[in-house]
Amino acid sequence: MLRRRLNRLLGGDERRVDSRTIYVGHRSSSTTEAFIPPKFCDNRIVSSKYTVWNFLPKNLFEQFRRIANFYFLIIFLVQVIVDTPTSPVTSGLPLFFVITVTAIKQGYEDWLRHKADNEVNKYPVTVLEQGRKIRKESEKIKVGDVVEVEEDETFPCDLILLQSSRDDDTCFVTTASLDGESNHKTHYTVPDTEKDLESLNATIECEQPQPDLYKFVGRMHIYKNEQEPAVRSLGPENLLLKGATLKNTQKICGVAVYTGMETKMALNYQGKSQKRSAVEKSINAFLLVYLCILVSKALVCTTLKYVWQSKPGQDEPWYNEKTQREKDTNLYLKMFTDFLSFMVLFNFIIPVSMYVTVEMQKFLGSFFITWDKDFFDPEIKEGALVNTSDLNEELGQVEYVFTDKTGTLTQNNMEFIECCIDGFQYKYRDANSELDGFCVTDGPVNKVQEKAGREREELFLRALCLCHTVQVKESTKQSQGDGLIDQVDGFGVDGEVPRPPQEQRGFIASSPDEVALVKGAMRYGFTFLGLESKTMKILTRNNDVEMYELLHVLNFDPVRRRMSVIVRSKSGDTLLFCKGADSSIFPRVRQEEVERIRMNVERNATEGYRTLCVAYKYLSAEEYAQADAGLREARLALQDREEQLITIYNQVETGMSLIGATAVEDRLQEEAAETMEALQGAGIKVWVLTGDKMETAKSTCYACRLFQRNTELLELTVRTLDDGGRRREERLHELLLEYHKKAVQDAPPVKAGVTRTWSSATQDYGFIIDGATLSMVLNSSSESNSSRYKNLFLQICQNCASVLCCRMAPLQKAQIVKMVKNSKGSPITLSIGDGANDVSMILEAHVGIGIKGKEGRQAVRNSDYAIPKLKHLKKLLLAHGHLYYVRIAHLVQYFFYKNLCFILPQFLYQFFCGYSQQPLYDAAYLTMYNICFTSMPILAYSLLEQHICMEVLLDNSTLYREIAKNAMLRWGPFLYWTLLGVFHGLLFFFGVRYLFSNPALQDNGQVFGNWSYGTIVFTVLVFTVTLKLALDTRHWTWINHFVIWGSLAFYMFFSFFWGGIIWPFLKQQRLYFVFANMLSSVSAWLVIILLILLSLLPEILLVVFRKPRGPHARQLSEGGLLQTSRLQRSHHYPTST
Amino acid sequence: MMASSYNAKEEDGHNSGASNNGGAGVVKSKKPDNTAFKQQRLPAWQPILTAGTVLPAFFVIGLIFIPIGIGLFVSSNNIKEFEIDYTGVDINNPCYNCAKNFSWNSTTPCVCSVPFTLEQPFESNVFMYYGLSNFYQNHRRYVKSRDDSQLNGDQSALKNPSKECEPYRTSEGQPIAPCGAIANSLFNDTLELYHIDSNGTRNTIPLVKKGIAWWTDKHVKFRNPGGNNNLTVAFQGTSKPVNWRKPVYELDPSDPENNGFINEDFIVWMRTAALPTFRKLYRIIQKKSSTTPTLPSGKYLLEITYNYPVLSFDGRKRMILSTISWMGGKNPFLGIAYITVGSICFFLGVVLLIIHHKYDTRNNSPDIPN
Repeated sequence: MLRRRLNRLLGGDERRVDSRTIYVGHRSSSTTEAFIPPKFCDNRIVSSKYTVWNFLPKNLFEQFRRIANFYFLIIFLVQVIVDTPTSPVTSGLPLFFVITVTAIKQGYEDWLRHKADNEVNKYPVTVLEQGRKIRKESEKIKVGDVVEVEEDETFPCDLILLQSSRDDDTCFVTTASLDGESNHKTHYTVPDTEKDLESLNATIECEQPQPDLYKFVGRMHIYKNEQEPAVRSLGPENLLLKGATLKNTQKICGVAVYTGMETKMALNYQGKSQKRSAVEKSINAFLLVYLCILVSKALVCTTLKYVWQSKPGQDEPWYNEKTQREKDTNLYLKMFTDFLSFMVLFNFIIPVSMYVTVEMQKFLGSFFITWDKDFFDPEIKEGALVNTSDLNEELGQVEYVFTDKTGTLTQNNMEFIECCIDGFQYKYRDANSELDGFCVTDGPVNKVQEKAGREREELFLRALCLCHTVQVKESTKQSQGDGLIDQVDGFGVDGEVPRPPQEQRGFIASSPDEVALVKGAMRYGFTFLGLESKTMKILTRNNDVEMYELLHVLNFDPVRRRMSVIVRSKSGDTLLFCKGADSSIFPRVRQEEVERIRMNVERNATEGYRTLCVAYKYLSAEEYAQADAGLREARLALQDREEQLITIYNQVETGMSLIGATAVEDRLQEEAAETMEALQGAGIKVWVLTGDKMETAKSTCYACRLFQRNTELLELTVRTLDDGGRRREERLHELLLEYHKKAVQDAPPVKAGVTRTWSSATQDYGFIIDGATLSMVLNSSSESNSSRYKNLFLQICQNCASVLCCRMAPLQKAQIVKMVKNSKGSPITLSIGDGANDVSMILEAHVGIGIKGKEGRQAVRNSDYAIPKLKHLKKLLLAHGHLYYVRIAHLVQYFFYKNLCFILPQFLYQFFCGYSQQPLYDAAYLTMYNICFTSMPILAYSLLEQHICMEVLLDNSTLYREIAKNAMLRWGPFLYWTLLGVFHGLLFFFGVRYLFSNPALQDNGQVFGNWSYGTIVFTVLVFTVTLKLALDTRHWTWINHFVIWGSLAFYMFFSFFWGGIIWPFLKQQRLYFVFANMLSSVSAWLVIILLILLSLLPEILLVVFRKPRGPHARQLSEGGLLQTSRLQRSHHYPTST
Repeated sequence: MMASSYNAKEEDGHNSGASNNGGAGVVKSKKPDNTAFKQQRLPAWQPILTAGTVLPAFFVIGLIFIPIGIGLFVSSNNIKEFEIDYTGVDINNPCYNCAKNFSWNSTTPCVCSVPFTLEQPFESNVFMYYGLSNFYQNHRRYVKSRDDSQLNGDQSALKNPSKECEPYRTSEGQPIAPCGAIANSLFNDTLELYHIDSNGTRNTIPLVKKGIAWWTDKHVKFRNPGGNNNLTVAFQGTSKPVNWRKPVYELDPSDPENNGFINEDFIVWMRTAALPTFRKLYRIIQKKSSTTPTLPSGKYLLEITYNYPVLSFDGRKRMILSTISWMGGKNPFLGIAYITVGSICFFLGVVLLIIHHKYDTRNNSPDIPN
């Protein structure tokens, strides 16, 4: 009794120390004690951000946290409070528009989330309460409830599996919706729980919720009639995750341990950190410049105003007296409000609408990626996926591509090629009759002359059959046919087609290598029949069924790079079979065996195969007992279970003897080589980061043409380090210096920036480094060396055509990406990968691309863009990326330009109106300029422009270099656009100014006033700005025509309309018939035409003088003359404007 | 290797079969539509601006602009314009005394006469302007100081003018009509023109005061409250602008169509000028017969009732006589600009032609071996 109390107390303590106690079925461990249910959150999933009540305040708050919106809010408030030249409407309306549109978009998205949440939360589930089954809504599940789930239902919360309808106390689960792995995973009930859940009296202690899907530690105390409670360990194999689906099992019962927002799914839902594109950074820099211009303009005007006013008679002539309030105001306060007024007057120079337009452009533009039918893969029946539209233009700026090997460069479609047993090579040759070849009973293969002993062969094949975690697809599902099998892992198709019925079985495994191996063994006559209640059955060559009791599985993990099983054969021998990477196996076997096999392994690796070594050992009874105890103890540990397990694993997996090795081929992805070549042609450096062995990776690199025959390889691996026979540190130092001299110092100086020389005749270098060496480079013993090595390493790498990093742990991949990302010039990086091990580098890089491959969907979920195949990367970067970049860069520059020449005349006008903040344009024009008159053409341009058509972009990958390093948004082009804006602004203002030196412009002698002045300037402005865009448009679809001419027509129509009516809500009818009168004046027409033409003249000239690039390239590709395209490549480089 | 390729084929076949079986609906939902828009393959016109296409444009622009410019220049030059400053800054100026002795309270108007000579006859209709300098009609405080609804005849605005009119909103407790700084500073010099015969007699030249304001202003934007008759009653309860000598309903008592808010002098003044130096149409001298010039060359006398003080803010007053062409008043700027731009285009065209020619030959020569 006391002890239980203590337990409870401890439980309470433990909760604070990261664990929680759950009472199964809410039954306290003792009936006598008062039961206080612990408080946990309910099972509601809330992914929505807002409710109906808090939407408005919360959304507004979020929106005004953006610096731009806040700025406009301040301007608006200034307008409301201070007496400013323009009415608050002029900035309030656009701001309101922006805020409303954004709020509607976010509201709609949130509504969708609410709907999705409700669907999940209101889903009916069955809960067992006091022996009765009660249907409940999913959100009402509490921690401790016993929940019943039927086949093909998803689990409503994280459950500990208590009972399964299957005899072997297992159930199958697919986590496709969580991590995309569509294979069936086996989960186990807690051992020795009572069949009658009613009388089960147990508590579960487990860790506090944490997001790792594959980690769970807990402990279950089962109380039975006052006995000492039985303790069972709980691991991830007992935990059914919310969101996963029950398969192949009629129903299960489980107790809820984590609910609602504490489930692993919900914890994993957290949004990714926002990535910002380089363009956005440029925008912010430009914004700062314009802000400075704005402030200095306001300052100049304020100063001049007071200088001007100091002259007698200017400040307050008799015809223009100040109001009493103005006279009373403090001089300094007046100066300040004057400054604010000028700020307000000129604030249109920073356009609100630019943010909206940029966002719309990105959002709408990203649809073109999803719509692209070239990205559609008929095999998986999916196209590209855009997870974020913020980075579209970044695709056109990539300088470094980090690619995974397995599944990305290669297909991850494994095929058993050969094996070697005791140093003898067995090659599976598909003779003409592919099946009968290996069914022969004598000798495994009719192949190589020399063979290992039959015993060894069989041992090897048995090892292949036993040492894995493959499941056999239920034969009961046969009725559902092949389609289902295909779905599972695609092995049904690559397996041999006509087969005796018993061999027509599917295998399910999380790693395709394992399936390949099991199938390989099957070819040699050893068939794995399945695992039934801890017994593995295999069918031997002689058609005997052998049974092995599966005692332990020492799981695979990427650090150990091996896995083992401990089985007990019928004869009572306890055997350990181990398979794994050579580097992790060789040190653990008897050394004399190694040499024979190492040769084979290395040869296979150079051929590009994935190799695994197989080893075994007999365990004596004591050894086994010791291992068994250790494993059990470690599995029960609540803390540091992983570490303890690994220690035990390492203890057990020693002193084995090597039997043989296998070679599995992983074929290259379609067009992998072409894609890589195109990327290199585009000036992108490709780095391969793989966990695979150096030899395999190297051969893949050769196959992908990342390394050419004439590429000189600079190797920095454990092997080269060990060569010299000296300390590794010294050797590393020496090699780094040597390579640095070779690749960096001796290389001809490469011109930085846009005009990088087109891969010249100089020696290409390839660089190879492995994980161990990398960590030596990065974490060198002495502090000073470390940064120096890092620098040397980076410089070498950056001067190499391609870099191969092998034996990388996932974190190391991210480290490399980070290192390059933060190196000088902060190049734009792109990571592409398909597996969970690539997630870290996908998240780290500027742009993360996931491949919808076989290794689950984790990479896709964490990526910014997902494509079905590697080959699609070429179009994504060279065509889409290029176009997006050009579009958005032009959009940004154009926006700044058009607002500069919009506001400059207004600024100049201050010099003629006594610095009185008199606006030049009517309020309607001020408001509508950015919203209506000039916004649509640029939006259409930024969505549809193809200054070079896609085919040409794809054919000439060098075109990609033209926009490298943010070429269109550097200070040069920015200065050009700014000067253009200034030129236009000056021209508009002074052109009309000289016209107005005699304001009698009509043929009836009547004169024009200030609003006519403004309207003429504004008309010139709208036309010039729109026609400037028209000049820049190289791709006129009907939409462009419609929008450009439509905008101008709309301007005319609006001006007539606006000036045609006495608007009752306006205080002043400033524009009444101003526009119509303007059009009745021939002089006004003439000056408008003159000024438009004059402003566009330099532009036209520039177009002519600039070497015609687009059309040039187009003609070339039509001619298909690669030769000429190379000859004339020198013309392609624009003298950066 | 053989097997693998075979397998690949098998795979394809299998899948295409599966997709056919799977039903078109499933496939359709995932496969992107093959429309021109979605595939960014809309038919497009791809204009290429090359020297070849732009060159003719330059010549055409040049050829069009130069004649227009010459036309403009000539017609501007043909416009007769005569300008005379009558501010009275100079002691020799006849209006010096009026300018010096100006007082808001004087009851008797100061009159001065400025003689001048027209060297050339003015043939067609002559337009008489008054010009002011250093007068900031475009000052913001000034521009907004008006109430358009009051001017449009709105009764409530008449009695309760807009706040914008401050400090010219009320006077002695009564609302000012028309309120605001613009109306208050209405130009109130009276200009009269006499032709001096050879024998020394003064002939009054008839000045037409209609048709000087925009038609829409006169007929729509400006309206008297309660119609054009009985203005005295309509404006009862309002006060005249402080600087005016007479109330608004006495601006032109002779013509009810030109009185009150719809007085054309008033409307012209209310259209604020764009620049601090400006001119406004004052009167029109209609051509009487086709044989005699409207204003023959000879001596003239401008008689000014000097009411409008400008010296306090260092302003100037001018009287301008001008004829008008199709392009408006005299302004050589447009003509010169057109000629300049036209010539530049033409010149550029020539230069480009030369460059283009050279570039082409240079460009073609290496192409020939290919």
